[in-house]
Amino acid sequence: MSEREERAKRAAAVAALSEQTHERAKEIIARYPIGRERSALLPLLHLVQSEEGYISPAGVEFCAEQLGLTKAQVSAVASFYTMFKRRPTADWLISVCTNTMCNVLGGQAVYDALSERLGVGHDETTADGAITFEHAECLAACDYGPVMTVNYEFFDRVDPSTALGVVEQLLAGERPMPTRGARLCTLKEMSLQLAGYADERAGAVGDGPVGDPTLRGLRLAQQYGVSAPGFDPDTPIARSAEQKDKT
Amino acid sequence: MTAPSRETLAKLTPVLTKRWLSPDAWRLDVYERLDGYAALRKALATHPDDLIQLVKDSGLRGRGGAGFPTGMKWAFIPQNDTKPHYLVVNADEGEPGTCKDLPLMTHDPHELIEGAIIAAYAIRANRAYIYVRGEAVHAARRLRNAVAEAYAAGYLGENILGSGFDLDLVVHGGAGAYICGEETALLDSLEGFRGQPRLRPPFPATHGLYASPTVVNNVGTIASVPHIVLGGPAWWRTMGTEKSSGPMIYSLSGRIAHPGQYECSMGITLRELIELAGGMLPGHDLRFWTPGGSSTPLLTAEHLDVPLDFESVAAAGSMLGTTATQIFSDQDCPVYATYRWLEFYHHESCGKCTPCREGNYWMALVYRRILSGQGTLEDLDTLLDTCDNILGRAFCALGDGATSPVTSSLQYFKQDYLDYIEGRTAPMLSDKALVGAH
Repeated sequence: MSEREERAKRAAAVAALSEQTHERAKEIIARYPIGRERSALLPLLHLVQSEEGYISPAGVEFCAEQLGLTKAQVSAVASFYTMFKRRPTADWLISVCTNTMCNVLGGQAVYDALSERLGVGHDETTADGAITFEHAECLAACDYGPVMTVNYEFFDRVDPSTALGVVEQLLAGERPMPTRGARLCTLKEMSLQLAGYADERAGAVGDGPVGDPTLRGLRLAQQYGVSAPGFDPDTPIARSAEQKDKT
Repeated sequence: MTAPSRETLAKLTPVLTKRWLSPDAWRLDVYERLDGYAALRKALATHPDDLIQLVKDSGLRGRGGAGFPTGMKWAFIPQNDTKPHYLVVNADEGEPGTCKDLPLMTHDPHELIEGAIIAAYAIRANRAYIYVRGEAVHAARRLRNAVAEAYAAGYLGENILGSGFDLDLVVHGGAGAYICGEETALLDSLEGFRGQPRLRPPFPATHGLYASPTVVNNVGTIASVPHIVLGGPAWWRTMGTEKSSGPMIYSLSGRIAHPGQYECSMGITLRELIELAGGMLPGHDLRFWTPGGSSTPLLTAEHLDVPLDFESVAAAGSMLGTTATQIFSDQDCPVYATYRWLEFYHHESCGKCTPCREGNYWMALVYRRILSGQGTLEDLDTLLDTCDNILGRAFCALGDGATSPVTSSLQYFKQDYLDYIEGRTAPMLSDKALVGAH
C-alpha cells in the first residue's frame, strides 16, 4: 500500500468514530500535562470501548492518531490489560471471581453453572450476543465472597442459584439491582465512566447500601461502646523548619 | 455466639473507617460536618517541612504492603530543584484477599482527597494522580464526584483556601492488571505504557512519573495523614506498637462467622481477630491463613498468637503485607488453594522477566499435574527449585510474592502434597477441568 493509500485508510477509520468521541478525546488529553499526552492512552482506550464495545481496528487507529503513536504502540498497550477486549462484547459482561478465596467458598461452582447455562467459556460471548462471560481474578471484595460482577458492579455472596437468577433476568431484558454499587448501565456506558466521565444518571453516585461486612468492626465497636483514643484537633504541630527559615 | 472479651474489644480503634457509619459521608457537606478538611486548614498554615517531620514522628508506615516509613519517603523528594514534583496515590487494590481500599474510597472519598492535598503540599507537588483500579467502578464514581465537589469548594485548583498553594488532582482509571499495583509499573501505566516494572535505582523519589521526583503512596497511607495532622504523632502512637504505630484496617475473609473490615490497633493477633469475627464457622477448624494477602507466606494455627505488626509477622517467617487475613479451615486444601494463586500469578505476570514469566507458567502446570493425580515426588523438588530461581531473581515483588504460598505450603503441608501424589487423596482436578483451564 502506498503512503497515500495508508493515510486515506487511516483517515477513513478515524472518521468512523463519532464527532462526540473526537471531542471527548480532546477533553481527556487536556487532563494531562503538555508534552505528556500519552498518559491519556488508557482513558482513550476506554473511550474507544464506549463507542465500539471493544478495541476495534478503527479504535486503535483513532488512539494512534490522537497521540501521535503508531498502531503497534497502541496495540501493545491495549493487549496488555484485561479490561480492553479484543472482540466485540455484549451489553452485559459477567465476571465471576475464581481466585482462591471466592473459589473455595463456591465461586468455581458459580462459574461452572453459568458457563453451562450460557454455553460459553472464559472471554466468550453468547451466540445471541446478549452476554459476555469471563472468570476474574481477585476483585477486592473477599469479605463478600463468593462475588461476581455485571459490568463491574458487585453481586455478593452468590451461589449457583442466585447467580443463575441474575442471568435469567438479564436475558429477559431486565436489569437486576447489584448488591452494592449503582444500578446497572450497559458496558459501553460504563466504559465512558472508565474513561473518566461522571455518571450522569440522577442519584447513581449515591446508589447502593453499605454492606454488613464493611461495617462489621464499626458496629461491634459501637455496640460495646469502644472507640479509638480521643484527641485534641488543635494539638500543635512542632514548627522547627518555620523557625529555621526565620533565622 | 459468645461476646468478645472486653480486652479484645478494646483493640478496636476505628479512625480511618469511622465515618463509614455515617450515611452519605461520601458527600462533601456530610464530610465537612464530621471534621472534614479541618486538617487541611491546619496543614496549610504549617511549613511543609514541619509536616514531613510530623509524619516521620508519627511512625506512619506504608499501608500498601511493604511498610516503608512514609515520612522518610516524603523527605527523599529533592527540594529546590527545577523539576515538577508529583504525588501518585496507588489505589490499584488487587492483592488477593485485600479489600480495604475500595470501601474506604467508596464510603469516605474525601478523607483520601484531603490526605492527598496535604501530602502534595508537604512534598511541593502541584499535580497529583489517584490511580484507581479499573474494576473498582463504584469507588471511582464516588471519588470522581468527590474531586468535583472539592474543586467547587476551593479545596483543589488554584490558591487553595487562599494559601497560594495550587493542586490539580486527576482520578486515572486502570484497566485490569495486578502488576500495576507495583509502584514503578503503575508509573509506566500512568504514562500510557504497558504496566511493567522499572529497574531501580533510580527510585521514584528522584525519577518517578515523567522522570520527575514522585511519591507513590497507598490509599490507606494517605488517608491516615489528615488524622495525624489533627491528633498529632503522640496520639497516633497511642495505637499500635513502637515500630508499627497506629490503627490498621484488618480485612478478614473466609471460614469465620462474620467476615469484614476490622480497624484495630496494630499488633492484634489472629486469635483476637477471630474472636471479634464471632469465631470460626461451625464445623470448621483453622488450618492455614495469610497474614496480608497471597504474597505473604501462609501461617497456621501455631501462629494464632503472633502480633500482627510488621516486625512480629516477619519474625514468624511471613510478612504483614496488606493485613488481608484470608482464613481457611480443615475443609480447605492448601495444595488447591496454592494452585489457584499460582494460576493468578501466572495470569498476572507482566512477562518482562524470565523467572516470573516462565516460573509461574511451569509451576501452575506442575500443580495441575499434582491435583489431577498424576504428580511425582520429583515435582516437589521442581517446585522448590523453581521458587529458588524466582525469589530474588525476579524483576519485582510480584515474582517474589508468587513463591510465598508455594514454599510455605510445602513447609507446613507437605503431607497434603504427598497424599495426592501417592493416591491417598482423590484427584481435585479432572481431565475435563484441565481442558477448560486457562
